[in-house]
Amino acid sequence: MSQVSTATVEDLTGVDAPDRFWNRERRLGAGVTIIGLVAAFIFGPLAESKTARFTLSTDATGAALSINGQLGTILFGLIAVVLGVVMLTGRAKRWQTLLLCLGIAAFVLSFLCWQVAGKFMPLVDTLSGSVEYALPLVLGALAGVLGERSGVVNVAIEGQFLMGAFGAALVGTLATSVWAGLISAMIGGLIIAAMLAVLAIKFLVDQVVVGTVLNLFALGITGFLYERLMQPNALKYNQPPQLPRWEIPGLADIPVLGPVLFHTNVLVWIALILVFVIHFALKGTRWGLRTRAVGEHPTAADTVGVRVRGLRYLNVMVGGLIAGAGGAYFTLVSTGAFNKNMTAGAGFIALAALIFGRWTPFGALGAALFFGFAQKLAYFLSVAGSPVPNQFLNMLPYIATIVAVAGLVGRVRAPAADGVPYVKS
Amino acid sequence: MRSGRGQEIPLRLELRGITKRFGDLVANDHIDITVEPGEVHALLGENGAGKSTLMNQLYGLLPPDEGEILVNGEAKVFKSPRDAIAAGIGMVHQHFMLVPVFTVAENIALGAEEIRGGPLGILDRRRNRRDVLATSTKYGLPVDPDALVEDLPVGAQQRVEIVKALTRDVDLLILDEPTAVLTPQETDELLAVMRSLAETGKSIVFITHKLREVKAVADRITVIRRGRTVATAAPDTSEDELAALMVGREVSLEVSKTPAEPGREVLKISGLVVDDDRGVRAVDGVDLTVRAGEVLGIAGVQGNGQTELVEAIVGLRAIRTGVVELDNESLAGMSTKKILRSGVGYIPEDRSLDGVVKEFSVAENLVLDMYDRPPFGNAFKLNPKAINESAAERVTQFDIRTSSASATVGTLSGGNQQKVVVAREMSRPLRLMIASQPTRGVDVGSIEFIHSQIIHERDNGTAVLVVSSELDEVVGLADRIAVMYRGRILATVSPDMPREEIGLLMAGITGAEPAGEEEAE
Repeated sequence: MSQVSTATVEDLTGVDAPDRFWNRERRLGAGVTIIGLVAAFIFGPLAESKTARFTLSTDATGAALSINGQLGTILFGLIAVVLGVVMLTGRAKRWQTLLLCLGIAAFVLSFLCWQVAGKFMPLVDTLSGSVEYALPLVLGALAGVLGERSGVVNVAIEGQFLMGAFGAALVGTLATSVWAGLISAMIGGLIIAAMLAVLAIKFLVDQVVVGTVLNLFALGITGFLYERLMQPNALKYNQPPQLPRWEIPGLADIPVLGPVLFHTNVLVWIALILVFVIHFALKGTRWGLRTRAVGEHPTAADTVGVRVRGLRYLNVMVGGLIAGAGGAYFTLVSTGAFNKNMTAGAGFIALAALIFGRWTPFGALGAALFFGFAQKLAYFLSVAGSPVPNQFLNMLPYIATIVAVAGLVGRVRAPAADGVPYVKS
Repeated sequence: MRSGRGQEIPLRLELRGITKRFGDLVANDHIDITVEPGEVHALLGENGAGKSTLMNQLYGLLPPDEGEILVNGEAKVFKSPRDAIAAGIGMVHQHFMLVPVFTVAENIALGAEEIRGGPLGILDRRRNRRDVLATSTKYGLPVDPDALVEDLPVGAQQRVEIVKALTRDVDLLILDEPTAVLTPQETDELLAVMRSLAETGKSIVFITHKLREVKAVADRITVIRRGRTVATAAPDTSEDELAALMVGREVSLEVSKTPAEPGREVLKISGLVVDDDRGVRAVDGVDLTVRAGEVLGIAGVQGNGQTELVEAIVGLRAIRTGVVELDNESLAGMSTKKILRSGVGYIPEDRSLDGVVKEFSVAENLVLDMYDRPPFGNAFKLNPKAINESAAERVTQFDIRTSSASATVGTLSGGNQQKVVVAREMSRPLRLMIASQPTRGVDVGSIEFIHSQIIHERDNGTAVLVVSSELDEVVGLADRIAVMYRGRILATVSPDMPREEIGLLMAGITGAEPAGEEEAE
């Protein structure tokens, strides 16, 4: 729906302003050309002329895709240049997004060839790591989708993550049940969501300010309880069981994708199912139609008898449950124990994924995978002993976020009433 | 999810003693109205007379403080529009209640969706679509169920609104100022639709302040003034009589003025191109001249580039290409402050957004243009004494009805707020006066006053540019009329030209060439 209308607007501008040479496509084309040149002529000479092996497993063994590192670096760099030049000609408007994605992929491959030359990169491990890093981001972004499509900006995803992570660790340990932990994580997210909903919907407080305050609140209260309760008695309070990794027989044997998607923890499946469910529900159900109406034009919805505030409450609360489950990732999947401020801004990256994904579930999934890959790559490169300093590698996910949101999002249209409280006249 | 009412029972509506207060203001004071089945009942009153407040109570958007609503003799309490719809009452709001990014069918379905799959509530788009088409054919209101609402012209959007109400099986339809955004031709079509709906037994409440339309379509007319019903009149009552009832005294509908004596060319615009906020071209090659001592009126349906044109002249919007000259001096690139101080007066179309600071006092608002110039102040401080003296003087001179010059502007009525803007803008020595929708949301008494001030300014030798979507206002004030359509001036005509011909121009029909050429959009 929203894609359709965005395209319409772009087409109109295309018709109305043919004389503007540096349109969006040409600017992006120039960008792709430049990074391609950088890859081919700066990374290229730096790369060693040794074989880069990309193994189809979690270690150095098994079948592999191999290429000479220097050759690969220059080759993929030049491919990016070609794609950029095609965009610069301004004749491939219809394929703009595809060309852009391919261009960026070529740049990334060029970079990888440079870094992996003389070494190996286990693809399965890289992909499953990316999926794992992306997991909380998807759940957080879905929480954002629910809230923002109905008109409530949710900046408090970070706080919901923290409360979820904390609740999962505490209750999971006390009850020695990972499922109790998961449920408490969802309740943790719900608590923050309830506060957000009441303050934003009922008391009409500025939603960004409320979100920020709630993030600080979550940081403060979990930090306090961690120092006073968990740290002195880690065994008693901070040793939650871990989510089991389940394998779906048959499907798990598919090369590369099998181990990534079908031998993993249940939260990954929940996240993927939610992406599908929310996508179809938004498009094809009464709830979805009303949610979108409330997010776009609440007065119109009200005048045909839709309960605007009720629907906003519902969506923000359900979002809280989902974001809380995302928080559980940090303690039940990733590290195995709660730590002060352990989410380290992941909630904000989820927010970025929401915007980069244009407020759609599948967009959010794609954006989260992109960010997750950046994070995994940074980790892999630092372990593999990259010449690039560690600090720079750790910046990678954040730089990817900034570039994605600032440069690549382009013309997006947030729900028209996003962040605007509804007051009956 | 139909309303479930039997469709055949005609609906008789009675409002008894409806009273609504906002603080000290009594918006509706014991209003009694009866609407018979199959009747077009016009609710006539000035802006701010309390018509919309009354209808919002009838539609469940506002709870009345006193009084009852009776549907077929039965007292009803409407807590929300849902209740009103269930009782058979529908409303087409002045500002359309349509989601722009939804299709027509989605907008019509919203709130009354046909669903399948039980508790999952999966939309049955085919049935929704079929319902829309069925209503559309039944009442002869063509709509395309698959079109996006934002792509439709206003007239079509209004049809969607009407179909939306009719799909819900309503028997009484409230139309709130439905003609405000329509061209004269679209207005005539709407009036015909209202008549034919009434013939099928639907009742219609038609809210308006336009006398011509009331006389054309209504079976009965209830006139509301300051929250009270002052009279119920038959449609053969003369326009003058109706106007007098509406305002409470005899008013002159015509603007009295002597023939203009145009002098030198003050404002000269050629090849002006301006974009709107979305970057879409809004003004597309406009050439205009306004001479000293004449009023040039710009007629056109709202949203045809008038706003952007005016904003470009006063420097509020970037000029893409073209020339704007004031006495042969280019205004391009000059700041708004500089342009206004070089002798341009500007009455903006949205008073509360651009005209006044509501939280400031009348006196403060009156010096917003000159606060840093003697005698009102300098670069470092204000001179309250001079500000207050000048304010007291101008409050009398411009007949601004306020408790004192230190009252905040937000407490004033729309008409008096507008007089504050007019007083401020006309107190500087002017070469060019730009008045954009100068009397929107203003009571008839103030309209007369503002019009006479504009003519007075003209007679002093100022070049005046008036932009208004009210054709009557343009015809009354202007010495020449430029008709604007889709960012272009289609023609410049004399105000003596018949209304219908100007109306055709406003709809983009030039007569000289076939109307098909604009289809690119």
